[in-house]
Amino acid sequence: MNIDAFWIILTGALVAICCSLLGCFLILRRMAMVGDAISHAVLPGIVLAFLFSGSREVWTMLIGAALLGVACTFLIEFFHKKARVQADASIGVTFTTLFALGIILISVYAGKVDLDQDCVLYGEIAYVPLDIWLTESGLNMGPRTVWIIGGVLVLLLLFITVFYKQLYLTSFDPAFATAIGLSTTLWYYLLMGAVSLTTVAAFESVGAILVVALMVGPPATAYLLTDDLKKMLVLSALAGTIASAAGFYLALWLNGSVAGAISVIIGLQFLLAFVFSPSHGLLAKRRQPIAVMKANAV
Amino acid sequence: MIQHVTNPVLEVHDLTVSYQRKPVLWDVDLTLPQQALVGIIGPNGAGKSTLIKAIMGLLPLNSGFVELFGKPLEEVRKRVSYVPQRESVDWDFPASALDVAMMGTYGQLGLFRRPGSREKKLAMEALEKVGMQDFANRQISQLSGGQQQRVFLSRALAQDADLYLMDEPFAGVDIATETAIIELLRLMRDNGKTVVVVHHDLQSAQDYFDWIILLNMRLVASGPTEETLTPPLLEKTYGGRLTELSRVSELLQKKQFPIRETKPTRK
Repeated sequence: MNIDAFWIILTGALVAICCSLLGCFLILRRMAMVGDAISHAVLPGIVLAFLFSGSREVWTMLIGAALLGVACTFLIEFFHKKARVQADASIGVTFTTLFALGIILISVYAGKVDLDQDCVLYGEIAYVPLDIWLTESGLNMGPRTVWIIGGVLVLLLLFITVFYKQLYLTSFDPAFATAIGLSTTLWYYLLMGAVSLTTVAAFESVGAILVVALMVGPPATAYLLTDDLKKMLVLSALAGTIASAAGFYLALWLNGSVAGAISVIIGLQFLLAFVFSPSHGLLAKRRQPIAVMKANAV
Repeated sequence: MIQHVTNPVLEVHDLTVSYQRKPVLWDVDLTLPQQALVGIIGPNGAGKSTLIKAIMGLLPLNSGFVELFGKPLEEVRKRVSYVPQRESVDWDFPASALDVAMMGTYGQLGLFRRPGSREKKLAMEALEKVGMQDFANRQISQLSGGQQQRVFLSRALAQDADLYLMDEPFAGVDIATETAIIELLRLMRDNGKTVVVVHHDLQSAQDYFDWIILLNMRLVASGPTEETLTPPLLEKTYGGRLTELSRVSELLQKKQFPIRETKPTRK
């Protein structure tokens, strides 16, 4: 394995772990599509940050995008609660509008903005090794993206391990959580802030569509494999990592798009879990009624 | 007939709550005594669940205030426990019965501490009290409705509160579970706790509760069971609907059917 392949797979794996950890909480809150919405809605934030700062400097872009991501979730909540529009309709209207706003900004300022729609939607993970972080003394620290996503992953791991009980309880039973004094709104927006952060860190290398695939696919696969949230988080991160490595080699073999290949592997994993899962799979379900009857008889 | 007590566990003062500008509770004013099993009774849409949600601060109040143990909720949260309706959560969630019971201990843990062996022990004891210790590691979707309700109760028990507010703990459970639950609630009352239960069934209310709150948007009555469960007050709470109900039950009683069968169907 040459060094470029190593960096590409590592980037893919880091993005996959970030997305699939957050995705577990999103699908349990029945909010998988909010991840989709955020990953698109950050676009105007990125473009505006770009226009104001005039460079592709990471921190301004992160802040711009994170603000838009949280604004997007706020708008979704607002339309759903105050205007009494259905949740899915409210998601659809909000993120398409914000994304379109970003597209218009890009096309109007095409000359000044070093971004295009293709880059935002599909990314290009194969170019990761080209953008190297060189220190002032000329030391090669490896690709910049790896450092950014690595940093985000460390933050996420801290967030999830330290505040696991809050995230768990507010996802399962918001009413009880409020009753014991946890603010469901606070944890909702913290989670959405984390989703925005991940999306922005990931979009440059893998694109918005792969972010969505990674946020929903591996968690859904893990959901079929276990009944324990901690195991689900681990399995989901594992599935995401495997998908990004396997996807890379599939793309190499086909000489095709890496992001596309990763998404296909994710779909394949889900299909396998759907058929062969020991607890929820199609094959297991045929046997299950007898097993349950036996268990209840004991 | 609204009877007030001195040194109340719970005081609801001039409470008005509305959804979308439509009032659901209107000017409710009541106090509850210590060490009592309290039933909140009224027809569908009377605001029974709304009342306990408002007490727990889950809904914005239009007017009035709620005091628990003579203090606002924020100061005494750890002494109050809430059991939501069973249907309000997703039972396919990846959690075991023990995980759910353990959630009762989260309130004491603060922001950073994580549940450890002490919390696990508390949760196991709570599961034992409801007879669910053998199902501790069972995934919650694989439990029956009655078992799920018991797991919800065990979570409240793990909180070790002094006042319990329960939203329809008897909805959709079989008779055996209902009996087991009411035995447990009586035991809690005898240990000095106050338990407030939203309840649907008039027949059983008579022997279950010491204190009854009759509610139909406005407070009709609040007082000891024998003084509140009277035909005129029930008539006032249920309007015309009750007469039909009692006629049916009289008819069935004459034919000597078991009284249980006359239970009104729950929603």
